[in-house]
Amino acid sequence: MTVYTLAREAGFTVEAGADAEDREVKGVYCCDLLSMVMGRAKADTAWITVISNVNSLAVASLADVACIVIAEGVPVDAETRAKAEQQEILILSSPLPVFETGLAIHRCIGAAE
Amino acid sequence: MAMSDEIRLRFEISGDDFTRAGEASSSVKKELKKLGIDPQAVRKVAIAMYEGEINMVIHANGGAIDVVIHPDCIDMILKDNGPGIENVALAMQEGYSTAPDNVRSLGFGAGMGLPNMKKYTDEMQIETERGVGTTVTMKVHI
Ligand SMILES: Nc1ncnc2c1ncn2[C@@H]1O[C@H](COP(=O)(O)OP(=O)(O)OP(=O)(O)O)[C@@H](O)[C@H]1O
Ligand SMILES: [Mg+2]
Repeated sequence: MTVYTLAREAGFTVEAGADAEDREVKGVYCCDLLSMVMGRAKADTAWITVISNVNSLAVASLADVACIVIAEGVPVDAETRAKAEQQEILILSSPLPVFETGLAIHRCIGAAE
Repeated sequence: MAMSDEIRLRFEISGDDFTRAGEASSSVKKELKKLGIDPQAVRKVAIAMYEGEINMVIHANGGAIDVVIHPDCIDMILKDNGPGIENVALAMQEGYSTAPDNVRSLGFGAGMGLPNMKKYTDEMQIETERGVGTTVTMKVHI
């Protein structure tokens, strides 16, 4: 399932990354500590976090995740949004807490298989 | 690439700009992708270099990174004139971090950077002297 399909099915909004590639999502990873994400997140996963800043963008790009999902409806600031557009990184926003967000994605990807 | 060919890239890393940290690693990642290097090797280099780059910004007030792309491997040399690392064995342990609160709130400080650099490279050396600086040398085979 691709990021846009996932966003639609799970009811998440696309916050940034209009020009980014609509990549296939192959799993879920949740963590807020950046170097934990660097070390443990697999490529092509949806990365769920509540921290949204420009440093998360670098991590998402270098760890090669499919998209960032900001949980708990935490707002994405203008600078992060602008940089995400520029670096072509997809950011989704979920109103749900981290666990429920992960569960929703897991169910969507599972159902699509 | 012929054996004699190598590509050298150099980056100056400024010590006070968190928002720009990662730009050097990103541009190396792009360059390696363009050269058609195996995506798994590219990802290893990107992760290891980013961790080193961000450590320079957070712990050493910046420095310089040299990347040398050989036909069979990629070398990264990260040199700073920061405070040095007092106990390298301790710093290499997962979870050890002296990151200040202001950077922890940005998501740094898990104490996983150096362990990630070790994990994602084939060779890694740290030379460090208190009050003089730190040089981290890493190699990833292609
Ligand atoms: N270039 C450096 N100069 C001085 N000290 C360093 C340098 N790199 C690492 N250190 C020391 O080693 C410790 C461990 O580094 P490591 O990268 O593993 O964790 P961290 O940077 O604290 O947190 P993170 O998980 O976000 O990387 C640091 O907290 C710091 O004390
Ligand atoms: Mg670090």
